[in-house]
Amino acid sequence: MRKFDHRHLIGMGRLSVDDIELILDTAESFKELSERDIKKVPTLRGKSVVNFFFEPSTRTRTSFEIAAKRLSADTFSLSASGSSMVKGETLIDTALNLQAMKPDIIVLRHPSSGAPQLIANRVKAGIINAGDGINEHPTQSLLDLLTIREKMGKIKGLNISIIGDISHSRVARSNIIGLTKMGADVTLSGPPTMIPVGVESLGVRVVLNPAEAVKGKDVIMLLRIQLERQNKALFPCVREYASYFGLTEKIIRAAKKDVIVMHPGPINRGVEISSEVADGPHSVIFDQATNGVAVRMAVLYLLIGGAK
Amino acid sequence: MITRIRAGRFVDPVKGCVEQVELIIEKGKIARILPPGEFKEEGPRIRTINAADKLIVPGLIDMHVHLREPGEEYKETIDSGQMAAVAGGFTSIACMPNTMPPNDTRAVTEFIIEKAKRTGLARVYPIAAITVMQKGERLTEFGELKEAGAVAVSDDGFCVTNSEVMRRALEYARYHGLMVISHSEDLNLSRSGVMHEGVVSTRIGLQGIPAASEEIMVFREISLAALTNCPVHIAHVSTAGSVEIIKRAKDAGIPVTAETAPHYFSLDHKEVAGYNTYAKVKPPLRTPEDVQAIKDGLAEGVIDVIATDHAPHSDIEKKLEFDKAAFGMIGLETALALTLQLVRDKILGLPEAIGKLSLSPASVLGIPGGCIKTGVQADLAVIDPECEYVLKREDILSKSWNSPFIGKKLKGRNELTMIGGEIVWERKSKHPRC
Repeated sequence: MRKFDHRHLIGMGRLSVDDIELILDTAESFKELSERDIKKVPTLRGKSVVNFFFEPSTRTRTSFEIAAKRLSADTFSLSASGSSMVKGETLIDTALNLQAMKPDIIVLRHPSSGAPQLIANRVKAGIINAGDGINEHPTQSLLDLLTIREKMGKIKGLNISIIGDISHSRVARSNIIGLTKMGADVTLSGPPTMIPVGVESLGVRVVLNPAEAVKGKDVIMLLRIQLERQNKALFPCVREYASYFGLTEKIIRAAKKDVIVMHPGPINRGVEISSEVADGPHSVIFDQATNGVAVRMAVLYLLIGGAK
Repeated sequence: MITRIRAGRFVDPVKGCVEQVELIIEKGKIARILPPGEFKEEGPRIRTINAADKLIVPGLIDMHVHLREPGEEYKETIDSGQMAAVAGGFTSIACMPNTMPPNDTRAVTEFIIEKAKRTGLARVYPIAAITVMQKGERLTEFGELKEAGAVAVSDDGFCVTNSEVMRRALEYARYHGLMVISHSEDLNLSRSGVMHEGVVSTRIGLQGIPAASEEIMVFREISLAALTNCPVHIAHVSTAGSVEIIKRAKDAGIPVTAETAPHYFSLDHKEVAGYNTYAKVKPPLRTPEDVQAIKDGLAEGVIDVIATDHAPHSDIEKKLEFDKAAFGMIGLETALALTLQLVRDKILGLPEAIGKLSLSPASVLGIPGGCIKTGVQADLAVIDPECEYVLKREDILSKSWNSPFIGKKLKGRNELTMIGGEIVWERKSKHPRC
């Protein structure tokens, strides 16, 4: 039996290629469950999963909740506004109090990079990082890997471009680590204001112009542009971003014929992605959402003790 | 009462040598400096300190310390800071004005001086604010602050953003004989940053503070010093670019002096990986290339002073998410060991290294100390350069323990501190006189 020897899922950096393959294989086997009429198995009955979200999130939180419920775990949701954090409690204290109620897993989304690690060292529950600051979002990367493997039959050797605000994207950071680890060739693209210093040290190349960056690519991953960043002089306005860095059908033609276009969502139509592309034949955005549930089921299952 | 310190090697930063002598101390002053064995007197009036295998150095002087009192006494008080100082071999410290309220008035300056005198521990020299409430707008009353005992002005912790205000501060401070100490930081560039902007910040997803945010302001201060021909002192230099700018200014005869802190020549930005908030400091720990440039700057005399920027914070400010944690680390009790490492690494000679911790800051601030000769106050430390130990939290005398060196192996430490002829701290008793 293959072993998954982790208590927490904090970042892609800590997973080995074997770990990642085990998660993807497990997710594949869970996928079938979601197609059934009765979408529930008793695997995690009696286990509790706390969704602890300090940032607004619909997709990721719902995805985790559905994943946990399909495995029969009890789920609880906490958000920053409803927690005592607004009353001035520190993250560590909140986590210790939560720990006292003996959850099996805490799924944490937090605006500070490193927050999951801070509490992982102090609680008995397993921590799943559902996005920390601009650092990592490992389950997003895993669902992206699953989608790529499904659509392209492999990950190794594929040419992949990630386009958008790389600097402030935890999705980008997790995918850079995950994709390079699995042997893909990764190119980053976007306005120079959004490319972090020395990112080549992570084993990727930078091609700023998206039209250049998509040439001959198997996969194009887009990142959501956060509109509030206009105020930080990262780009002048949405209109200019769309015309110089937005993905349109015209740009896609330079990629491989069967290229897939991915987006972690929620999309800004007409900004980083045109409607034609989002709704077009290359888009796998909804497959990503479907795979999100499967990957999160796999992660919950493996962490709580599936393959120990 | 006569105190005789025998058998030690005396490190003299003034003459730049190390020699075997005996120091005879009487009435709080250095009475005689004798060749070994020449002192023959004996009897109950003679107290002998055996300094065999030890170094005798002028009392160390730290021109950049945060004592947190008034206002944040749970982090450090004037006397806990003085205690940490004497434990580290420091006999004089200059404290920065960013307390609550800030030291921008005579009342606060006098309070600090009075409070410090009561303990009889390290001498404390207040540094007053440049601007009222450190807001960067209106100058404080330099004349009155000087009269009250302030030795310099600085808005440390904040940068005087308005160049006109900084220019006038330089001009007005010189008239009153006050050094202006610059915290050089372009806040627009650094505001969202929490560590050095580089490969580590990119890898671990933290917002960066580029080296340019420091260098731009270092260059501005130097331009203003050239314009006004008034001296300026650059605090906590951390980048290769700053060293280069200061070097060129010095070569051009512009009146600038500079300090760095031990962490900038001992640690680099990799220390932050793992989100270690004890390594979160401003300016941030930089790259290995910057660390090397700081060492070169010290060796070439571009950087005059080693000052700790001792910045106590409790775990309330530190055991947090990295971006929410406070900037700063303590340094009084580790500076000596880290500086002695520069000597072992042949970056600095022993007298030079001790000079950067004593004679140089004394001369920048215009305060006594840094020199042991007949007739001067007997402020000195006896140090063991060979002692190796692992720094433990419980050994720290500062009220806070926010040090990235806890758990690390250090070599060299202070054994005895004397101020005005009185032993105020001795390692074996571990307790200060008070």
